[in-house]
Order: sequence, then structure tokens, then C-alpha cells
Amino acid sequence: METVTAQDRTTAFDAAVAADERIEPRDWMPDAYRATLVRQIAQHAHSEIIGMQPEANWITRAPSLRRKAILIAKVQDEAGHGLYLYSAAETLGTGRDELLDKLHSGRQKYSSIFNYPTLTWADVGAIGWLVDGAAITNQVPLCRCSYGPYARAMVRICKEESFHQRQGYESLLALSRGTPEQHEMAQDAVNRWWWPSLMMFGPPDDESAHSAQSMAWKIKRHSNDELRQRFVDICVPQAETLGLTLPDPELKWNEDRGHHDFGPIDWTEFREVLKGNGPCNEQRITQRKRAHDEGAWVREAAAAYAAKHDTARHTAQAGAAPAAATAPLHGEATA
Amino acid sequence: MTAPTGTDRTAAPGTAAPVAAAPVTAATGTGRPEATSATTGTDPATTAAALALGDDALVLSHRLGEWAGHAPVLEEEVALANIALDLLGQARILLSQVGDEDELAYLREERAFRNLQLVEQPNGDFAHTIARQLYFSTYQAFLYAELARTEGPFTALAAKAVKEVDYHRDHAEQWTLRLGDGTAESHTRMQRAVDALWRYTGEMFQPVDGLTTTHGINWPALQGSWDQSIGETLRGATLTLPETPRSGAWAAGAGRQGLHTEPFGRMLAEMQHLHRSHPGATW
Amino acid sequence: MTESTDWPLWEVFVRSRRGLSHTHAGSLHAPDAEMALRNARDLYTRRNEGVSLWVVPSAAITASSPDEKDSFFEPAGDKPYRHPTFYEIPEGVKHL
Repeated sequence: METVTAQDRTTAFDAAVAADERIEPRDWMPDAYRATLVRQIAQHAHSEIIGMQPEANWITRAPSLRRKAILIAKVQDEAGHGLYLYSAAETLGTGRDELLDKLHSGRQKYSSIFNYPTLTWADVGAIGWLVDGAAITNQVPLCRCSYGPYARAMVRICKEESFHQRQGYESLLALSRGTPEQHEMAQDAVNRWWWPSLMMFGPPDDESAHSAQSMAWKIKRHSNDELRQRFVDICVPQAETLGLTLPDPELKWNEDRGHHDFGPIDWTEFREVLKGNGPCNEQRITQRKRAHDEGAWVREAAAAYAAKHDTARHTAQAGAAPAAATAPLHGEATA
Repeated sequence: MTAPTGTDRTAAPGTAAPVAAAPVTAATGTGRPEATSATTGTDPATTAAALALGDDALVLSHRLGEWAGHAPVLEEEVALANIALDLLGQARILLSQVGDEDELAYLREERAFRNLQLVEQPNGDFAHTIARQLYFSTYQAFLYAELARTEGPFTALAAKAVKEVDYHRDHAEQWTLRLGDGTAESHTRMQRAVDALWRYTGEMFQPVDGLTTTHGINWPALQGSWDQSIGETLRGATLTLPETPRSGAWAAGAGRQGLHTEPFGRMLAEMQHLHRSHPGATW
Repeated sequence: MTESTDWPLWEVFVRSRRGLSHTHAGSLHAPDAEMALRNARDLYTRRNEGVSLWVVPSAAITASSPDEKDSFFEPAGDKPYRHPTFYEIPEGVKHL
């Protein structure tokens, strides 16, 4: 049998990406492609998990039983989405425990937006409308990402998330059309969440470190600025229907561009929050670590029980087989 | 009769008093109609029974909702939220049978709630939550199976809910086995939880009149089924069935009579504060 | 004993409705098969997506290697006579 050279493999990989074929877990792929995907998918998964916190903050205070049910279902979805994404990352040969370790020790990031506090009930609506709206704008193109398991996870997530944004919008609408106090609460929330939402698309294209390579690999399909502009254009008429103002005096329609112009984003704030100096960075990670640490005895108990009883006789031996690394459906880490 | 505890006892008519006798009053001074004014024309015993079952589900779903973001493993975030949502759904149907669900949930004072003391107990560690789930879901599974089997005001609700509840019970049993028969630490924690919550289990078998008269619930038989099932599960989990009293004279029937434990007031304060801060608002 | 308490990985297959095959939905972690089924139920069918579930330890699956895909799959490519469209039938012949 002829041997497959490294050159052949690179050529085959490049050709597959160029032809819009999907790369699958056991295919050969450049180390840097694998590393980029692990970093991005992990960050995305971490964002879902950390993102549960600001909204869960209001589950016990939700002002109607209907809103409470919606909020529990939404926060639950975020856990579910985190799980889909961790499982996509595991196909690249990196186990969930390793990823969680990196989250807990600050070596991997999550979306900075979740380092802002939810101060009032209206923040739950604003997160649904703006934060989920921005996330969906970012995520829809990822359904066509070159890496198969990530693309498939995103299809599922996008399908499920369509309710998230709508419930947020509906909730804000109820507040905006409610009592003066409720209206004010809604406006205040939009004032606080608008700019951080725009920052969710990442730094401007000319400063974005990873963008060009990710675009070439078709992990990413549109530039940060392109998606940000799309989001602004979508939000302006939605805000009008809500009867709320977006907190940007420079926001106006530009006939020539066919887009809305908007004011400068405070990238200093973005970088500070990213560095760990946001209002809730410490709190979010501390809670996540505490839940994980306090749950250790539960996870150990279940593993010990399984080892004792070997239920259904084919329990994959925990410990003996770190499943992610050996599972044939999954890739072998090359690094 | 002047001691504070004496006052309480007077307020709660003791174990012999039928649950239906306890008045259902909404908070006053909220500018909203009294919950009782919104009730449908069913008889008071049925109303009281709907409140008892509805409040159980409402309060337990609230406690489970507190786990969001704190569960020991991500898969369990999803599982606990599922159970919370099932219970909340049951609560909404039951409360709506009696009146406006939000008025009943948000505008009643602590003493007007009819839930078991068991379900209002704080989450504690995961073992306490599982023990609470085991005790309650086993009770609910047997009770709802009877309600679904018999003709009465709760047949339709129970027929739907019993499938949910069977799953809750399975979830609790699976975890009881794993915690009880897992590690030394998990065994200790699970035994502690099973023991600590035992004293709240007697109340479950205090007859709720509205269920006895309409569905013919046989409470001693219910308790027999429960005892047997719990005994088997605990033994299977290498745990010891508690032998301490399962309810003192004071506690018997307490939650069903509107007498609750201290943590419940704080739970309600948190649950109700936003709704109450905006009288008459819609959300 | 303590080297790893990581729960193993399981692959989840969901039958979305009767009459259809189980299809791969994703994976999850669970300490054993019973819990894997329950976790799969909670995670992959909470929007009514399934009527039946399979869970399989990921490590128990043997997969073909992408490196062998030429020898595995290409030989099937030049046998068009296995497909009904290969054959020419006069017009007007029915039920064939």
C-alpha cells in the first residue's frame, strides 16, 4: 500500500474545505485547525454554562408562574447547549473534565457578556432580546462551519434557541407597555445591555487576532464587523416596536451605505472585562467552581456504584478507559 | 393559652380538623381581589385539596429551581430542571382550578399555603434534595395513581401527571441507590439526609378530606404502599430505615393546616417580592 | 480507585418516531448504562424528539478508518449494474 504523505493529507484537507465538505472527527486535520476548534467550541460551551448564572439569578423571583416556567426552560436549554458543545469538543480528543479545568483555572474564556450583573427582572428580557439575539446572529453561520460535529451541534442549538430571543422580546414588550415603573425598568435594562451586546461580536476586523485564518478554514463565515452591523440593523426597528430607545445618540440610518451608522464602542471596557475586571468575573467563576467542587462526592459516588455493580454489564470502565481519547467515533488528539 | 405556641395551636385546629376548614385568604391591602373571590364554584373541600396538591408542586418546583447553576454535574442540571418544570406545570393546573394562579402563588401569606412541610425544606446538599425527592415522589406516585384510577375532580390532571411523577420517582430511586451504595462519604451523607427528613413524612398521610370524599383515597393503604416502597429502596441502597418518630404531635398535619417551618417564610419572601412590589402589574 | 472519577462517554441514538431507524443524536457522560439512558432522555428528547433511545459506550464502537476509505468505499463506485437505473426498458412497460 502506498503511504499517505503529509503533503497529500494537507492537500486533501484543503480540498475538502474548499469544496465545502465537512471535516469529520477521524479525518486528518492540521494541528492548528484542531486547536482553533477546541478553543472556540470550548469557549462557546463555557459561555452556555456560565450564561446560566445571570438568568438563574431571577428564577426564584420571576414575577409570574408563566414567566418562571419559561425561564427555567431557558436556563435548562443553556445547560443542554453546553452539553452538546462539550460533546462536539470531545470529538476532537479533549475530554470535558480537561475543558472544565481550563475554565475553572482561567486558561479558557467564556463570553464576557456574562460578567455583567442582572440587576432587575427586565435584565432577563434584555438578555433574551439582545444577548441571545447577538448570539444567534453569530451562531447561524456556524451551522455551516467546516467541522461536522460543531456544525451539527449548532443546527440543534439554533433551532432550540429561537424561542429564547422571542421570549425575551415578549417579556420586554410587556414591561414597556406596562406601568411607568415597568417601562422604566425595561429602558434601564436596554441601556445597560446594548453596548455589551455589540461587543459580543468581538474586536473590530482590523484588530481581530484569529479571524483571517478561521475564515480561510470556514470555521468562521463572516467578519466581526459584518455581523455586528447586521445585528444593529435588525435591532433598530425591533426597538421601535418595543417603544424603547437604544442608548446611542449617533445611531441613524445611512442611505448611502444601506445600513445604520452607530457610535464608537468603548473597547477599553471590553478589554478590561476580558482581562477579568468586569463586575462579575470573580463571582461567576467562583460559583462555577463551587458547584463543581461540591458535586465531586456525587460524581465519585455514581462512579463507585457503577464499578461495584457494573450495571448492564457493559459499563465502559471508568478510569481504565478515558473514553474521549479512545472512542473510535472521536478523534485522537495529535498534540 | 397565652403562650405563643398556644396561639399557634389555636390557629391550627389540630390533627382532627379537616383541611377544608382552613380558610384561604389572599393578602390584604394589595389592591387585588381576594383569592377566594376568584375561586370557581367547587365545594370547599375540593378547593382545599386542589390547594394542597398545587402548593406541594409549586413549592417543590421552586426549591428545585434553586439548583439551577449549582448542580453537581451538568447532566443533572437538565434533569432537575425537567422535574421542576413538570411540577410547576402541575401547580399551574391545580391552582387555576381554584382561582388565579398568580394571585394564589404570589399574594397569599405564609399561613394560607397548604403544602407539606417536607417540600419546603431547604435543598441542603444533593443527598437532602434526593431524599426529599424520594419521599415526595413516592407519595405523589401512589396518590396520583389512585386519583387517575378513580372518578373525581382530579382524574384528568392525575392521568397526565402520573407519568411525570413516575419518572421523578425513578430519578430519585436511581440516585438513592448510587449515593447510598456509592462511597463511604456518599453513604454517610445519604443516611443523614434520609434521617433528617424522616420527621416530615408522617404528614403526608394525614387525610386530605377533598380527596377522601371525592376519590375515596384510602390513606392507611397509601401509607402502607409508601412504607413498603421506601423500605425496599433504602435497603437496596444499603441504608437504614429511620426509626425515629415520623411526626410529632405538633407537626402532624401542620403544613396542610398552614403551619410551616421557618425557612418557608424566607422562600416566599424571595418568591413574592417582585410581584408584590408592582401591584396590579402584568408581566 | 481515585485515578479517575470521570464518567465515561456514551453515544446516544434516538428513534424520532415509530417506523424510523434510530439515528445518532450526540453523546453524553454517565456513570453507567441506566443513568446514560436517563440522561439521554432528559437531554436529547426534552422537546418530544423521540420514542425510543439507545445508548452505547463510545469505547465499544469500532469505526472504519478514514485512511482506509478508498479501499473500503471506492470499489462500490464502479458497479452501476446494482442500481435499477442501469437497465433500459422499452417505454410503456409497466410495473417494472
